[in-house]
Amino acid sequence: MTAPQPSIVIIGVGNEYRSDDGAGIAVARRLRALFPSGVTILEESGEGAALIQAWQGAAWVMLVDAVRSGASPGTIHRLDARAASVPTGFFHYSTHAFSVAEAVELARSLDQLPAHLLVYGIEGENFAAGVRLSPVVEQAVEAVVERAAEDVRAAGSP
Amino acid sequence: MKSKTIKVDYLARVEGEGALLVKIKGQQVTDVKLKIFEPPRFFEAFLRGRKFHEVPDITARICGICPIAYQMSACHAIEDAFGIKITGPIRDLRRLIYCGEWIESHALHVYLLHAPDFLGYEDAIRMAKDHPDDVKRGLRLKKAGNEIVRLLGGREIHPINVRVGGFYKVPDKKEFSALAEELKWARDAALATVRWVATFAFPEFDRDYEFVALRHPDEYPFNEGRLVSNKGLDIAVREYDQNFVEEHVSHSNSLQSRLKERNSYFVGPQARYSLNFDKLSPMAQEAARSAGLGPVCRNPFQSIIVRSVEMVYACDEALRLIEQYQKPDQPAVDVEPRVSTGYGCTEAPRGICYHRYRLDDRGLILDAKIVPPTSQNLKTIEGDLWQFVQTHVLIQKDKLQWQCEQAVRNYDPCISCATHFLKLHIEPE
Repeated sequence: MTAPQPSIVIIGVGNEYRSDDGAGIAVARRLRALFPSGVTILEESGEGAALIQAWQGAAWVMLVDAVRSGASPGTIHRLDARAASVPTGFFHYSTHAFSVAEAVELARSLDQLPAHLLVYGIEGENFAAGVRLSPVVEQAVEAVVERAAEDVRAAGSP
Repeated sequence: MKSKTIKVDYLARVEGEGALLVKIKGQQVTDVKLKIFEPPRFFEAFLRGRKFHEVPDITARICGICPIAYQMSACHAIEDAFGIKITGPIRDLRRLIYCGEWIESHALHVYLLHAPDFLGYEDAIRMAKDHPDDVKRGLRLKKAGNEIVRLLGGREIHPINVRVGGFYKVPDKKEFSALAEELKWARDAALATVRWVATFAFPEFDRDYEFVALRHPDEYPFNEGRLVSNKGLDIAVREYDQNFVEEHVSHSNSLQSRLKERNSYFVGPQARYSLNFDKLSPMAQEAARSAGLGPVCRNPFQSIIVRSVEMVYACDEALRLIEQYQKPDQPAVDVEPRVSTGYGCTEAPRGICYHRYRLDDRGLILDAKIVPPTSQNLKTIEGDLWQFVQTHVLIQKDKLQWQCEQAVRNYDPCISCATHFLKLHIEPE
């Protein structure tokens, strides 16, 4: 029933029908092409309990989601969630109120954080219904894919 | 005269986002507005011109919490259009996957979104520090529901194995054995959940609601039945549009539904329960009684007990379905498009989810209508707030705001079905 637990897990979070909210999903899909094996790459809506379940048992986890923190669109945020708490409110543009930040902090409360948890946030511009990323977000997605690939290689993947 | 305004621009712990405004002048409530920004009109437009077989996968994306509900209503509507009726093991598997969605959705709401209200915590993160075992039980219950959806749906979010006519592939009976063991644990955990939430303190509250839910002669409703109410509604699903209307209201870009002949109505676990108590399994009925519930529950603050009872039922029903399962020869029935309009309505965790599709002879969608449960409850939630605030107008404002938010959360409004999110503040007028 339960799949064998992989050591490296990348989770793209978001809704591809909400324009820039699909940034995390776009990163996950491009990383899947770069790492066809050796890394587990998942897509999630951002519902927090499902995120905790998705990283259960993994040693090294990366989350990628769209954010709106007030920075200029396309800004890339990179947080080591083991080292510092994720500001709630940071990921408000995920579809659900119990989302990425809440999942990380709840897991911290329950001592269920993975040993390594890296969070990328891509500052979005447009979260209205739609299936296209804004050009500036599209560029940020490309940049995150490159940096994330380096992170994965540094973590010891093929 | 002294007046105050409760303005909630970010309503925490409601799925999605929206806004709430309550105005009080002296001791009189003068205005209540729940703003929900957007119905799934984008998806209705996006579906036009698509092939019928794409519809379940596209509509599953409307909500990350209840994809099965959208898939099921879509499949039933299109099957209705093509004159297909699903029976036997495929029908049972649809009930089973729906059990999974109810378990995960209810566990999420009961444990992570609603229980903190009753135990006096701002959120589940703070609650988890004092009640780690309860939160862990909730997470494992939710996971048990996820496992059902993953096994039958292919993936736990945006399941890809559901199709018009049935499934792309169906499991062998032996694939259910580990799941059945976990569901036995889950059923016990759901019973423990009922006992736990029954100890909470509930504000006194009662209104003369019109409950609307599916009702089926033989079973607690998931996919099929007539639409009935406690005030005389008894119609086939295809008569929905003749009886219900969606209206734009001035304070919201969303649509609010009402019954044409009367007005607001109430969908969701409490409506299902109050209209179908006799169809619950004996174990679920017993759990309800021992928690102090009668066969009808009119206090929406007790919806947390009703959701927990439905979790017991969903685990119990899932185990029954697994027990009797025989793998069908074919995972789906053949589907032949024809020019027609089809209607589907199923019981999402949050209440009835109605779909209507008009199709051409090649099975292309000409026109789609989707009514999520939350937009059907909006008028009722506003009504609750009017009455609740009016009868609690003298309590401290921050406590009143908390209880207003709690009153909205009673309905587990999946505002992401209707909009992206809900904002909320309180400020003096």
